[in-house]
Amino acid sequence: MAKRSLTCIICPIGCKIEVEMSDGKAFNIEGNACDRGLSYAKEECTSPKRVLTTLVRVKGGLLPVTSVKTTRPIPKALIFQAQKELSGIVLEAPLNIGSVVMRNILDTGADVIVTRSVKKVNDNLITP
Amino acid sequence: MKERSADAIVIGGGPSGMAAAASCREEGLGEVLLVEREGALGGILSQCIHPGFGVLELKEDLTGPEFAERLEGRVHDLGVQVLLDSYTDRIRYEEGHGISIVCISPRGVEVLRAPCLIYSAGCRERHAFEVGIVGDRPSGVLTAGTAQSLMDLHGLLLGKEIVVVGSGDVGLIMSRRFAIEGAHVKAVVELLPYSGGLTRNIAQCLEDFEIPLLLSHAVLEIRGRGRVESVIISKVDEGQVPISGTEMEVKCDTVVIAAGLVPEVGLLERTGVRIDPATGGPVVNEFLETSLEGIFACGNVLVVNDLVDHAVEQGRLCARSVRSFLDGSLQRPATWKRSISGKDIRYVVPHLFSGERDNTFYTRVRMPRGRCGLLLRELSKDIRLIGAKPSEMIRLNLKKELLSEVKEGLTFEVHD
Repeated sequence: MAKRSLTCIICPIGCKIEVEMSDGKAFNIEGNACDRGLSYAKEECTSPKRVLTTLVRVKGGLLPVTSVKTTRPIPKALIFQAQKELSGIVLEAPLNIGSVVMRNILDTGADVIVTRSVKKVNDNLITP
Repeated sequence: MKERSADAIVIGGGPSGMAAAASCREEGLGEVLLVEREGALGGILSQCIHPGFGVLELKEDLTGPEFAERLEGRVHDLGVQVLLDSYTDRIRYEEGHGISIVCISPRGVEVLRAPCLIYSAGCRERHAFEVGIVGDRPSGVLTAGTAQSLMDLHGLLLGKEIVVVGSGDVGLIMSRRFAIEGAHVKAVVELLPYSGGLTRNIAQCLEDFEIPLLLSHAVLEIRGRGRVESVIISKVDEGQVPISGTEMEVKCDTVVIAAGLVPEVGLLERTGVRIDPATGGPVVNEFLETSLEGIFACGNVLVVNDLVDHAVEQGRLCARSVRSFLDGSLQRPATWKRSISGKDIRYVVPHLFSGERDNTFYTRVRMPRGRCGLLLRELSKDIRLIGAKPSEMIRLNLKKELLSEVKEGLTFEVHD
């Protein structure tokens, strides 16, 4: 039986969790302070997932990029592929938080949404 | 010169300043001016595009800009007057006559007056010369915050092969950002034998991307003509002295300095506010009031927070204090009791308390430990901790019934 040590990333406490693995399944999970740590440890040992945050280009905005995130964690192995998928997109300002950039990215069930609103260039001229 | 009066002025439109200004309005203040140097509110949050913000405060896991826009929404909804592109040049403090600040902006030079001031100007970053790195001065040496701003606000990838100096949260998070955007992070170099960041950030920022963390190592020298070409890295001994013979040259085109934050207290110091050398921020009482009555402080300028939630909490406390200050109900005791940093404690904030009300204390240990106890010596009260690290601030709520028993000072100390 293989043992794995994990650091829980759900909250800032960062519990040290010990997991025993057998046949690709997690047993005897110890060290987690809460239930969220339990489900994190199970998932981390079988199909680890992360929320991806990255940037997407913006045309006509006060800033040339906006930040985006996946609405739920996606498989860790797809992080770079998902980032590539987004790198070709150009959005148009103005943008609001929550606007959908891409639905169901790489069939993960997660959408990609805007996390920083971007004003149009001429929206923000300084008025005395 | 244009003049303007308000009930309260808040300097710095980051999370704690926005929370303070919005809460001032909720507390019933009339005119509240929020003065921000940049062209937008949000402070450092706007460029922190990773998740993990607001877990305590909002019970939601948001990215920095999302959290910032929530706060900004409250600032506008509650009718705070926001002055952007406005640099505070001077604070004038006249005891009994309130406070005025000289503010420079595209509108010209203005004098803003109020009976009280909340200072929430945050931190600046330590740069290469402050951490003893010598050598050439080529292009490609940046502080982590500057790198973050250029990459995550302005969309520039700064290099292909990167060495990060310092393993605090900022260094760890930037390492992951570089990796996701396609750069190769060759190493994170940490002078101390342990990381200065949250445990979960070592897991999800370094281990996820197989980025090596070199503990007890230092970057001694940067080499390069025109552009960074390499760095010289060496092991250090327990006294942080480089061990000769362990030097190695690592090729890279960019060096990112993530060597910690220093509270921006220059303006406060010039006004005469007492500074605590341990925090680098002002000495405050339980109202988060500085040594000058009517000047309050919150957020990273007060104490470098790991969590935005704590910065926001401090902002709210400042607002409540300001309300009491204005209606004359702020009751300072004849003599304050002192918080004392005992064995293995780096600092305790607030520095002064009355014992007449419940209080939240923020403290940090000097060295990482496993299970240990935090002893409040004069009260013989021992609080068990599952672990303590310098990178993880300890937040402690203490009841007035307990605090009232303290005579002169309360010593916080760590033991096994």
